[in-house]
Amino acid sequence: MIRRRLMLVMPVLLCMLLPWPVVAAQYNYIDISNPFLRKTPIAVPSFKADAQNPSAMAAAKAASELLKFYLDFTGYFTFSDPTAFLEDPQKMDITGSGIRYRNWTAIGAELLVTGGVEIRDGNTEFELRLFDTVKEKMLVGKRYRGSPEDDRQVARRFCSEVVFAITGSRGFFDSKIAFVSNGSGHKEIFVCEFDGSNISQFTHHNSISLFPDWSSDGRWIAYTTYADKSPRIRIQHVSENRAARIDKPGLQAAPAWVPGKFELAASLSFSGDQEIYLLTGNGKVIKRLTSSMGIDVEPSWSPDGKRMVFVSNRSGTPQLFIYDTVSNRVQRLTFEGRYNTQPSWSPKGDRIAYSAMENGVIDIFTINPEGGEPVQLTENQGSNEAPTWAPDGSLIVFSSTREGKSRLYVMTAYGTDQRRLLTLPGEQSNPKWSPNILNP
Amino acid sequence: MKRKWIILAMLFVIPAMLFSVSCAKKAVMTEPSTTDTSAADEAARKAELEKKQAMERQKQLEEERLAAERAEKLKAEAMQRDMMMSKNRFLNENIHFAFDSATLDNQAQELLKQKAMWLRDFPDAKVVIEGHCDERGTNAYNLALGERRAESAKAFLVNLGISGARLTTISYGEEKPLDLGHNEEAWAKNRRDAFVLE
Repeated sequence: MIRRRLMLVMPVLLCMLLPWPVVAAQYNYIDISNPFLRKTPIAVPSFKADAQNPSAMAAAKAASELLKFYLDFTGYFTFSDPTAFLEDPQKMDITGSGIRYRNWTAIGAELLVTGGVEIRDGNTEFELRLFDTVKEKMLVGKRYRGSPEDDRQVARRFCSEVVFAITGSRGFFDSKIAFVSNGSGHKEIFVCEFDGSNISQFTHHNSISLFPDWSSDGRWIAYTTYADKSPRIRIQHVSENRAARIDKPGLQAAPAWVPGKFELAASLSFSGDQEIYLLTGNGKVIKRLTSSMGIDVEPSWSPDGKRMVFVSNRSGTPQLFIYDTVSNRVQRLTFEGRYNTQPSWSPKGDRIAYSAMENGVIDIFTINPEGGEPVQLTENQGSNEAPTWAPDGSLIVFSSTREGKSRLYVMTAYGTDQRRLLTLPGEQSNPKWSPNILNP
Repeated sequence: MKRKWIILAMLFVIPAMLFSVSCAKKAVMTEPSTTDTSAADEAARKAELEKKQAMERQKQLEEERLAAERAEKLKAEAMQRDMMMSKNRFLNENIHFAFDSATLDNQAQELLKQKAMWLRDFPDAKVVIEGHCDERGTNAYNLALGERRAESAKAFLVNLGISGARLTTISYGEEKPLDLGHNEEAWAKNRRDAFVLE
């Protein structure tokens, strides 16, 4: 219901640009090699609103708090302490002309967000700006109009602008996460927002359902389920009552959608041996992609859809291999350790995250797809499994037993800022981050 | 057996002979006499005794028959028990695997040979072979590994002459552990093929 209403408001939000042009960043605000090592100090004073209008004041407070929460979630920023502010947020000038930059640089803020909220004819108008306090210039200026309950959407839109201004990437603010939870006593697929909020149950099979994966347009989730006794893949529409199946006997495991196409790869065993096949979104086999006796499972695609990383035990132990669809060549990627599985190719293309088991403990690593030294992201905190990338490649969600039960956690692509994503009864596993979904 | 028949024949023949003798006597002796009376009494007593003995033998025979029946029943029960036991053994004895392996070791092969014998004795039985893994490792890989464990048991049984049409396989990966412990003992128990009747 809420989603439907937002769909109506969204185009309005998107079109309500202020007359000021967006000033593109001229230099890197973020250290490319590890933007999370040195976080950028930012000041986000409470948004200004008419003190006589309680609903405007409430909307202003809620929107600025949400904006702070989302900016914090990215891992790029540290926040200036509001008690140290030299300006009164409710009295200061929020437009470019009246900003006293030195009052912000003095407390260490390199970036400043100002906001104003007005309620007119039942509509709420948000006026939001991002300033570079060192260069003394405005980087982003936006005006959004919607109902007072749209503060969430407004905060995300603007956050996406802020992240774009300083990193050149749109972020992940229109993405969701699918995962498996067994709180009901059965493993079912659940869906939540990128920040772990708004959790809803997606399957109701009272069976075992595993390995959700989102289509590029975010409209379909493919997953493996025992709902028909054997482990079979279902390709299910996210909001409509439509589903496709794969009409082949045997195991059907771990589907992976091809970026930008209505096609997916999955491990099927109908030939008598487990091989990875390319399938249409309707579940029809297009062709076989692997051919080696033994286990071939868990495909994950490069962002251009030309290469596929997968797990194979063809060399004796489970290791990662890369299949090149253009040259038809297969190359081994991992050589360290005896148990490397769960590969996930970053949407940025530059890294592959995976999990490696050593002495019974599983930890998350990343490796360059061209090969090289793996980098360890988790350590000494239970078993850490099933990494999945944010659509901009900046964050990784994974499951961990660090607090006993398996739960979902999030960290930066460099392994910093590890924290719990959500709390639910039962245990959570198999998280899968969606692409940004503009029209869900 | 033969003796039983002879005894049985005697039982019918002797009273018949006695009866015919007394009848003959009656027909000849028209005048009653004391000696004759005592002889008749003697004969009657004898007949009575014979009859009693015959009945006793009959009773004894009946008892023997019941005992044989009981023995037969016990034997059938024992066989039934054996059948149940062999069925339970078939269903309850899992075959086990080393970590990250679907290879059948000697013990697994011995157990599978016994299972093949049972399958030959019960040609109508259809079986689901479930492949399972321990909790270590990751679940998609374990799902694939579980299928290979089930398939290697199936291939072994087919090689022993069991029709593949009677054997289906399913992998549960690490989803259905038998022992919820987190130690080698539990893991060893969980790395298994289980056999279920369809």
